[in-house]
Amino acid sequence: MLSELGHLPMDFLLLAAAVTLASFGFIAGRLRAEQFSFSGDIHPNSRPNAHGYFVLMWSLVPVVLIGLGYVLFGEGASRAILRSELPEGFSILTPGELTTYLDTVARAARMPDFLSGERVFDTVTERYGEIRGTVNMVTLLAACALSVAGMFVARRCLSPGFRARQHVESGIEWFLFLCAAVAIATTVGIVASLVFESLRFFSEVPVWDFVLGTRWNAQTNAEFGALPLFFGTFMISFFAMMIAAPVGLYAAIYLSEYASSQVRAIIKPVLEVLAGIPTVVYGFFALLVIAPAVRSVALWINQMLIAWGLADGAVLAAQPTSALAAGIVMGIMVIPFVSSLSDDVIRAVPQSLRDGAYAMGATKSEAVRQVIVPAALPGIIAALLLAVSRAIGETMIVVMAAGQRAQISTDPTSDLTTITVQIVALLTGESEFDSPKTLSAFALGLVLFIVTLLFNLVAINVVKRFREKYE
Amino acid sequence: MSDPSTSPMANAPFANERVLKRLRRRRAADRRFKWYGRMAIGFALAALTLLLGSIATQAVSAATYHVVTFDLSFDKNTFGDVQPDSPPPVDRVYGLVRDDLLAEFPETASSPALRHDLLGLVTRLAVLPVAKDLVRKPAEIGTKRRVELPLSDDLDLFLKGAAARHLTVPVGRVKAEEIAGNVTLTSEATFARLIAAASLENMQPPEMPGTGSILMTAGRSTIRLDSLAPSRVTGTLLTGTAQDFRTYPARARLIPAPESERTVSDLQIAWLLALKADGRVLRVPHWSLLTHTDSTQPELAGALAAIIGSLLTLLVTASLAIPVGILASIYLEEFAPRNRITGLIEVNINNLAAVPSIVFGLLGAAVFLGAFGLPRSAPVVGGLVLALLILPVVIIASRAALKAVPQSIRDAALAIGASRMQTVFHHVMPLAAPGMLTGAILGMARALGETAPLLLIGMVAFVAEVPRGPTDEATALPVLIYSWATQAERAWEPMTGAVILILLAFLIAMNGVVVFLRRKFERRW
Amino acid sequence: MDGTLGNSAAETGVLPDAPNASVRMSCRNINVFYGEKQAIFDVSLQIADRSVTALIGPSGCGKSTFLRCLNRMNDTIEGCRVEGEIMMEGKDINSPAIDPVLLRSRVGMVFQKPNPFPKSIYENIAYGPRIHGLAQGREDMDEIVEKSLRRAGLWEEVKDRLNLAGTSLSGGQQQRLCIARAIAVRPEVILMDEPCSALDPIATARIEELIDDLRKRYCIIIVTHSMQQAARVSQRTAFFHLGSLVEVGDTDQIFTSPRDRRTEDYITGRFG
Repeated sequence: MLSELGHLPMDFLLLAAAVTLASFGFIAGRLRAEQFSFSGDIHPNSRPNAHGYFVLMWSLVPVVLIGLGYVLFGEGASRAILRSELPEGFSILTPGELTTYLDTVARAARMPDFLSGERVFDTVTERYGEIRGTVNMVTLLAACALSVAGMFVARRCLSPGFRARQHVESGIEWFLFLCAAVAIATTVGIVASLVFESLRFFSEVPVWDFVLGTRWNAQTNAEFGALPLFFGTFMISFFAMMIAAPVGLYAAIYLSEYASSQVRAIIKPVLEVLAGIPTVVYGFFALLVIAPAVRSVALWINQMLIAWGLADGAVLAAQPTSALAAGIVMGIMVIPFVSSLSDDVIRAVPQSLRDGAYAMGATKSEAVRQVIVPAALPGIIAALLLAVSRAIGETMIVVMAAGQRAQISTDPTSDLTTITVQIVALLTGESEFDSPKTLSAFALGLVLFIVTLLFNLVAINVVKRFREKYE
Repeated sequence: MSDPSTSPMANAPFANERVLKRLRRRRAADRRFKWYGRMAIGFALAALTLLLGSIATQAVSAATYHVVTFDLSFDKNTFGDVQPDSPPPVDRVYGLVRDDLLAEFPETASSPALRHDLLGLVTRLAVLPVAKDLVRKPAEIGTKRRVELPLSDDLDLFLKGAAARHLTVPVGRVKAEEIAGNVTLTSEATFARLIAAASLENMQPPEMPGTGSILMTAGRSTIRLDSLAPSRVTGTLLTGTAQDFRTYPARARLIPAPESERTVSDLQIAWLLALKADGRVLRVPHWSLLTHTDSTQPELAGALAAIIGSLLTLLVTASLAIPVGILASIYLEEFAPRNRITGLIEVNINNLAAVPSIVFGLLGAAVFLGAFGLPRSAPVVGGLVLALLILPVVIIASRAALKAVPQSIRDAALAIGASRMQTVFHHVMPLAAPGMLTGAILGMARALGETAPLLLIGMVAFVAEVPRGPTDEATALPVLIYSWATQAERAWEPMTGAVILILLAFLIAMNGVVVFLRRKFERRW
Repeated sequence: MDGTLGNSAAETGVLPDAPNASVRMSCRNINVFYGEKQAIFDVSLQIADRSVTALIGPSGCGKSTFLRCLNRMNDTIEGCRVEGEIMMEGKDINSPAIDPVLLRSRVGMVFQKPNPFPKSIYENIAYGPRIHGLAQGREDMDEIVEKSLRRAGLWEEVKDRLNLAGTSLSGGQQQRLCIARAIAVRPEVILMDEPCSALDPIATARIEELIDDLRKRYCIIIVTHSMQQAARVSQRTAFFHLGSLVEVGDTDQIFTSPRDRRTEDYITGRFG
């Protein structure tokens, strides 16, 4: 009987309960308030609907809270109960295996009339179904009971002089605040999960070995020296900025100082298309076009060097995927990040400075190089910082086009790996975070987060200062 | 002018040679600088063109594909037991296909290796839709039906000219004699043109290891050339009869790549050309790209599961990020007291917008999968993570929209006794709605293109079933692009290009809506 | 005095109403358009050397636009078109043969709001001489900077802090810095577009003194809103109204016995 309840469509039931109870609450409140209006002797503070909403609020909040708790913790709680009841024999399973086993059990329990024929498994599944049924039942009953209780308490508060609208509005304001707080919660969640898992990692691998070690073999849980990863990230970001900084800056200068407004109206959105293209598409482009091109050029250079007697063997590694290929494509991707913000800040430089320079007899390029760009410099630096931060954190291009080999090599045509590539490689297909291998991904994530955070904060502050100066 | 000697300008009308020389140099620098700007713009535009062009080229190649038609008769003896709930009889249907091919090319009967090569034309799983149809409509049992089965990807690429590059030279009518599989062709019209073409490609029959093949086809028969002289060629019969060379005009195909370096063999090409001569190979629109789910065979794979997965994910994202984002922006813009907490939230949102997306993936993996135990690979988790990811985008855009509503509207509403809440929801929000919607759509477009966070929460699994709900295993379009792009087989490249085009089509549609909204509701206060 | 003027005898005339002054720039039939809209209508004006010419008139009458024609600053505004002939030393400054860069090095300009570059005081002054190659070396440049600052009456106030940012000075000082900056290029003409409108009375008085001093060396054209200022600093005054030049003459004559009714109304404060 109980295991039958395990199959209840809980999402639907909770939603239905919420809607029904809320409507009841609204009607109850409104009816009560209409009695005041009809009695007529006192002018009620709020309109009947406001009273209705007040009661609705109090009957809805408990259901929503319990529903949220159920969605987040229902499954976990059921499993925890089941784990505590499992016989001794299961202790030979590693935590990872146990989770996989429980996953299978949960999936089996979801199917009606499931029988595998294996006695232990079927018993566990049956028991799991019962536990789920109990949890479901308790949840539903608690939700309904609390909701009805809320409804009664709220209804009792109502009176002609009751400031229902104000209460409802402050309730809404709290709700709005909670929505805004989601952003904070996200940051807290990010920091907490990264720090927590990283601490677990650093309890097994010393921090300095991680930061300064030069050998990385995480897949085999062997070596965790992340320096080659930092190096790869730095090299590829460097190549990217070698392209994005000059192209983005000159494009911004051309658009803001030279281009007529018609040309600008066409070119600017086209440049922003570059920012709207998903990075996985850039990755494909790198794999399809740029990486082979880089490789052929590298092979040609090798041949030429040998032909001219300048080298005995291959000088460049000329790998099928290379740091340079990833860097070039990433550079193309971040061009609009540089050009767009630089264009904004250059245009924010007051016209009077331009007039001043031109009135001195400066040519356009002299005015730009010696007056306008220096005046916009903080904003331009911020744009470059944001672009670097983007390049460091970019994942798909490097995953597809940079390679997997953790090495420190200054040859741009060799394959380097980056922080993000390793995070993806370590966590794809993993569900349990209990080995140093998976935990190291969080340590890498922490490094990534801190570095990009620093870049972002500096950039955001610089831009803010700049805006205050000229606006 | 107190000291004219040090004042060249004062003495110089507009024709002082020294000044003009300097000016010319400055003007040259000015032009150079302008050209740097033009080159930068040109570089960016060229990169964009190359990017889109290379993808479009790939996609165009995948827009059509080749199918082989088969007339299959599902007789009652073999298929009598098929019921509406029985598993699809894939092997039995494929048996019909196999029999048909073997009957068509009896020369393969002797050798299992040849049979294997022949069956490589159409893979076993290609008949799955036909078998499923049969289960759904048992009434078809006992009838004859013409089916179109996709040609194996390598041969498809060969016909499209994308693999095993080859060129065709028309030869015309020739005289043919056959002795035990060796065919001699003679012609008054010389084979000089063919010889010229072959020497251009550095090809010489008789075949030496490491050189390509020259195939001569007439009707449904093909020989591989062994010798080539201006008026006489000899070759080995691959399929068909010498008779065909007497009746049909011949064409030669020069394939420079040696057979060992190709994915298609000479024999397979010969069989394919024979089927083509029978009119059984058709080039048709590649609709299965939209109607099939993922497969290990490129010619059978489609993006349907990924499209549905993406839509389900976006549904979850939209239902969370849009209301929360808009309500949060209303709080921050209209209600929040200016204190340290709201200042913190502000900095926090600006910074969150610039946090790398993969960090959100780590958050999803650790919190949603690890701590809360939500299902892996499910759109609901993907949607949650993407919702957090685009929340700052939505909030920043909505706040800008609210800021654009003039204070006078708020004052007017407050002055007639509306509460702050009523002012905001009755007056300010409707005016800001188009801007908020724009921000929401842009956020959704960003979510649609995100890949990295989805990889970390396991949405990269091979999914052969269309997900039916947000808790089923699923994948998403960008993740499918990633998986296909990193496959080794060449045939995946055009397929990936085509899926990218589907993804870009969705993005363009979303941005189109944004442009439309901006045009329609643009308001100047 | 005459010897330093341009070489074209035809243009080296004297003003019809002021026989003692020689002509520095002469404008004939100037029309200015912003896109479709015409801002200046057929203005002809001759500007005397080594004196101050004031352009007065109500807001939007085109006096600033006219001023900006004289060193082709209107070129920097998209959609602005100038017709007519502005002769300087026998050349039409609007002709394609004249590089505006060269022109502006000889016709300097000071703007309404002080606009020092975000650089040090020294660099602000040195910028012009540097781009035009007027200094032979470091010492030469030091000398130019000092001389310019002295002529602008700013040297004593800033000589100890030449490396401070130009923007750190007070408004009046900034404006004198801008004047010094213009002088440093050794122009013959200095255009001033309401140079005192952003300054307090004391700073204004100092600038006016400076203008009076500079008149001995330069041809100065000043746009001003304040009739008192025009009366105080200028020798000649031109009155603009609705884009047309209504009347031009000796300042004393314009302010005491205007010939045109509109000039009289404006001067007596009936409109504007």
